[in-house]
Amino acid sequence: MTTIVKQGLRHYLESFKRFENGAGGPDWVRSVRRAAIERMAELGFPTASDEDWRFTNLTSLAGKKFDLEAGGTEPAVLQLGGLAFPGDEAVRLVFVNGRFAPGLSKLGKLDKGVIVASLARALSELREVVEAHLSRYLDYESDFFSALNTAFMEDGAFVYVPRGVVVELPIHLLFVATATAEPAMSHPRNLIVVEDVAQAAVIEDYVALGDQEYFSNVATELVAGESSVVDHYLIERESARAYSVGTLRVQQARSSNVASHTLLFGGALVRNNVHPVLAGEGAECLVNGLFMPARGQHMDNFMRVEHASPHCASRQFYTGILDGNGRGAFSGRIIVHKDAQKTDAKQTNRNLLLSNDAQMDSKPQLEIYADDVKCTHGATIGQLDEDAIFYLRARGIPREVATALLLYGFAAENLERMRLQSVRRYLEGIVLERLPHGSILRELS
Amino acid sequence: MLEIKNLHASVEGKEILKGVNLKVGAGEVHSIMGPNGSGKSTLASVLAGRDGYEVTAGQVLYKGKDLLEMEPEERACEGVFMAFQYPVEIPGVGSVQFLTAALNAIRKHRGKEEYDALEALTLFREKLKILHMSDDLLGRSVNEGFSGGEKKKNEIFQMAVLEPSLAVLDETDSGLDIDALKVVADGVNALRGPKRAMLVITHYQRLLNYIVPDYVHVLVDGRIVKTGDKELALHLEEHGYTWAGERALADAAGSKA
Repeated sequence: MTTIVKQGLRHYLESFKRFENGAGGPDWVRSVRRAAIERMAELGFPTASDEDWRFTNLTSLAGKKFDLEAGGTEPAVLQLGGLAFPGDEAVRLVFVNGRFAPGLSKLGKLDKGVIVASLARALSELREVVEAHLSRYLDYESDFFSALNTAFMEDGAFVYVPRGVVVELPIHLLFVATATAEPAMSHPRNLIVVEDVAQAAVIEDYVALGDQEYFSNVATELVAGESSVVDHYLIERESARAYSVGTLRVQQARSSNVASHTLLFGGALVRNNVHPVLAGEGAECLVNGLFMPARGQHMDNFMRVEHASPHCASRQFYTGILDGNGRGAFSGRIIVHKDAQKTDAKQTNRNLLLSNDAQMDSKPQLEIYADDVKCTHGATIGQLDEDAIFYLRARGIPREVATALLLYGFAAENLERMRLQSVRRYLEGIVLERLPHGSILRELS
Repeated sequence: MLEIKNLHASVEGKEILKGVNLKVGAGEVHSIMGPNGSGKSTLASVLAGRDGYEVTAGQVLYKGKDLLEMEPEERACEGVFMAFQYPVEIPGVGSVQFLTAALNAIRKHRGKEEYDALEALTLFREKLKILHMSDDLLGRSVNEGFSGGEKKKNEIFQMAVLEPSLAVLDETDSGLDIDALKVVADGVNALRGPKRAMLVITHYQRLLNYIVPDYVHVLVDGRIVKTGDKELALHLEEHGYTWAGERALADAAGSKA
């Protein structure tokens, strides 16, 4: 295994050499990339002996070569039709295999001073605000995939909402994977900056046209200014053969309110990292997620909620519905720094196993260095409640409908936490599509 | 309407019902009383079709059909309603969604047109009003966080909506305060009619002050040992179930002699 892993690293180092010469961006970005690739090589692929990777084996990913310049065809606008967000959206940026596709994007009229652009463009035209935040928060010193993403950071989305501006409609970032001659890799890098007393909702939407194998390693830095309100949605619908790693790093200033909603549906091997840092007093965050691994899928959720200031509140609420031989993992780490008195942190992980072959690992972890805090955690792993099924059947509801109602009910608690009704409706539809017997329920409503 | 013949049933290999015979005609209200462990809830569970109850002998006919052959949802669609002793909490499933699904499953089975969301909601509000219940429950998940009394009232509300031919109430009165008890009894009385039959299973005579039964049966050790009218219930209240058991033995001995 060691040899395979080393070969894997060599492939990334060689790709980096070719990438570096052609890649644009200011000097400071070039030096960050170089530092990151060096760090990646030092860190190496995480192994099972690494506590943070206990539940996920990366051997198959490490043994594969993915092409950074695989290209791939741009889909027709028509093909994207079904993937469009049905509600109103302020803007839609489309990326194909990690590259911004202006022809497929929909750039509407934005409020004063709001910028939604590709990161590549922002790096050359909006240097000041990008330099103030890009790569300031993501921890590429200790995280392999963050280092890999940072080494290859070039394109992705840049969202900037200036002080006091409220963007009413969601900003939709659609990342499409299309067929390529060789398995492709992409490392989209997103930067979302919402300044003081501003408000915005951003949807990161990852989809695949086709069932090809590829590696998507996304990193997003979300910066929430004082008293800002930010809703972040991540919808992962990668192909059934995809390797998908996503890292969301949230930096919250005083009294900011951030909600992170993650829905994992696709991918063969999925790692979902969410890492908010409540850096200013009175900040609040919701870390909400629903993951549904079925046959052949592995989904590992790694949460790290850091309370770095007093009077902050965090709520983690992750739900797994596992079918077939699907595997899931949830690690929920809450870190309360020494000065973060009056911290109020809560974590809940509920899981439903629909088959005897499904497997779930759940691990809460509290690191508390302050003495006046309230931290709770709870995890459940169970099966459908037969008493509830019987109760519904005794009222005339057929077994399949009863099952669908209960499954949907299990997922509904997560959906109900979403503030934007249009997004919630859209996601309800996707969840129903994925649930066993969900289509029956769709007809009922 | 309902005919139970020599019904024997076991739970985990232990025989609980040891030959129950009972005939309930349309328009009649029967009460089954008995001490704890006499088999009251087993009888209710067998009628509802719950898993884990093995019928070892006997027959149950409902409108001339073999009830025990039907799936639980089929029984409901055919007009059997069970008010459960312990209604289940179902988080995440909205009361309106649940009851609309039930109502339409039953209507579909009977070849009637299904209700749309608005028609169903209008019906629910109407029924709640008749029952003098608050419509708060419509906005909540099924039984979630309900008090014992609220759960029992919800059973009666569901019964009013689904309008069964045969209603079985399994200790619906247990644990109710007098106000909730009156609401439950009013709900049941409002549904009494010539085409409907009811089987009221209870431990205490108290409920029968409000729902006056046509017949009272005493179930002891898996058998109906005595049948009478409402006076029997009053007598039981005074003398206890031991009396009924002894009387039955004495009667049996007497008839042999």
